[in-house]
Amino acid sequence: MNEIALLVAATLNAGTVLAIAALGLLINERAGIVNLGAEGLMLVAAVAGFATAVHSGSDWLAFGAGALAGAALAAVFGLLVIWLNTNQYATGLALSLFGAGFSAFVGQPLTRERLGERASFDIPFLSDIPLIGPALFKQHPMVWIAIALTVALAWWLTHSRSGLILRAVGESPESAHALGYPVRKIRLAAVMVGGALCGVAGAYISVVYTPLWVEGMVAGKGWIALALTTFATWKPARVLAGAYLFGGVTMLQFTLQGQGVQVPSQFLVMLPYLATILVLVLISRNAAWIKANMPASLGKAFSPGG
Amino acid sequence: MLKLETRASPSNTMALASPLIALAVTVAVGIVLFVLLGKDPLLGLQMFFIEPVKSGYAWSEIAVKAVPLILIALGLALCYRANVWNIGAEGQYILGAIFAGGIAMQIDADAPRAIVVVILVAGVLGGMVWAGITAVLRDRFNANEILVSLMLVYVAEMLLSYLVYGPWRDPNGFNFPQTVTFAKVTQVPRIFSGLRVNIGLIIALVAVAGMAVFLFRLFRGMQAQVGGLAPLAARYGGFSSRSALWTALLTSGGLAGLAGALEATGPLGQLTPYVPVGYGFAAIIVAYVGRLNPLGIVFSAILMSMFYIGGELAQSRMQLPKSITGVFQGLLLFSLLASDTLIVYRMRWVRRPVRAEVSKPARIEGANA
Repeated sequence: MNEIALLVAATLNAGTVLAIAALGLLINERAGIVNLGAEGLMLVAAVAGFATAVHSGSDWLAFGAGALAGAALAAVFGLLVIWLNTNQYATGLALSLFGAGFSAFVGQPLTRERLGERASFDIPFLSDIPLIGPALFKQHPMVWIAIALTVALAWWLTHSRSGLILRAVGESPESAHALGYPVRKIRLAAVMVGGALCGVAGAYISVVYTPLWVEGMVAGKGWIALALTTFATWKPARVLAGAYLFGGVTMLQFTLQGQGVQVPSQFLVMLPYLATILVLVLISRNAAWIKANMPASLGKAFSPGG
Repeated sequence: MLKLETRASPSNTMALASPLIALAVTVAVGIVLFVLLGKDPLLGLQMFFIEPVKSGYAWSEIAVKAVPLILIALGLALCYRANVWNIGAEGQYILGAIFAGGIAMQIDADAPRAIVVVILVAGVLGGMVWAGITAVLRDRFNANEILVSLMLVYVAEMLLSYLVYGPWRDPNGFNFPQTVTFAKVTQVPRIFSGLRVNIGLIIALVAVAGMAVFLFRLFRGMQAQVGGLAPLAARYGGFSSRSALWTALLTSGGLAGLAGALEATGPLGQLTPYVPVGYGFAAIIVAYVGRLNPLGIVFSAILMSMFYIGGELAQSRMQLPKSITGVFQGLLLFSLLASDTLIVYRMRWVRRPVRAEVSKPARIEGANA
């Protein structure tokens, strides 16, 4: 029984990384921009966060540093694709490649550093409940923040004026422009917020989830987060559910190994990647359904008056 | 303020100048980086641009790295021209190495020399199988090829790791994760004695010519590209976008697999978890910097090899991390994409007040669209 509690706790933890990144990507995709640079952003943010945590000892400063790094890189990406109309796929890819190289370079001296003892965030009384306590109430606050963020984002996109404007920009930038909204500035803001959230997720990996810095440690989570927005048909609640599902798949390997299942570890490590492909296949089969839910101008360049 | 103005037609001059501008920007940033790190920038430039091309031996080393880059980038160029976003060449390269290595490790020393051909063909097939998975899932299930091909890179890495830690591990290898060293007869023949460059170079140059003919002279090559540039026009012309997808993915998978096979049976001579070194990703940059043009790819692959060797030299002689190569590679692609803007647009200086009133569209409150 205790193993189940630990699996649930680990699933929420792993899912949180994916959820925060995917919610960020959802924001910029709702504004019409695909950022294939998520993986690179998260790597650089992981370095920035880890370095900050090593020097300051504060997780929260580390998340802030990750967010800043993510937003700064996303701004470069945004300026290129929004103002210079470069191809979004190619530019995002460039960001991923640059991020991988840059993080490895900057992170070199950090590979030997270790963080001090991690704080525990047990909620009094609730965490003492058998089974449910260790499963749910010993989580890092970021787990709760991710849930709150999901709720807030779902509300904001459907019930607030600014949320509707963001979606208008993603559906039909021409109409939004004709109504007088600064399409490009809104898109840049969305890209930067998305980058900041990816950055928080990256910093969470190196500061809480793993916690250390190894080259390439994001290990495809940025790409899985990108896939998640499609799985979730760009709806925040489904992003969160999908993130937990994938968190569970990632954690399954440790449970199976713990149970003494005789499968080589490499096949267990493959699971989240295979699961991504499988879900992608299942979801994409119905092209019309995807198309009906996808922001209509996703990935397309927009230049006002030209 | 500076304003971008659409050119009447894309500038051919800028299309060729753009990689040079990107290189200049990368070098400039590199100089700043060296200064910030307290290293002599002139020495840094020497490591990257002079040492790697100083001698015949140095050029051979350039070729050893350029061959896989050229082969992979040729396939990617076809993909990107056909608007097929294969970014998983690294995985296709690994499968090529696995297929080739799987045969090579079983060959005895007295096998005929022609076995090399069998091994290389196996590598091509391995790459094609891996790219074929992406093609099937895209074709049958409409699954996004960017994500599928990339996920398959991680799967391929794990597959290789499983093989060299598990069933394929050399029983006399002191428990190191590696296969037996392949018999000498399986080795790709070298061109000059004493230099590591092998006939892979000739294969790569033939592939360059072949791809140039396919892209610019053959009807099928044109069909594949039209499908990418203008899907509607392609359909009107009766060209199948499905066949373009398959052609692009199988060709690039095969070429990446060939590169993996050449690497496994050339410089490496056995399989280890360190077969993948990122050529599949660097080749994306090579393809773009080479303007998706076979001849251009040769030049950009040489440049990228100089970056690799320069990084190694900077590590051994200047105590800089080798990963500085990755920084320069990423910067190069970034600056290239930015300066490519000048192919379609030109910059013009306009005075701000002229636009002030016009640019604000009238906001009609309550109007229903």
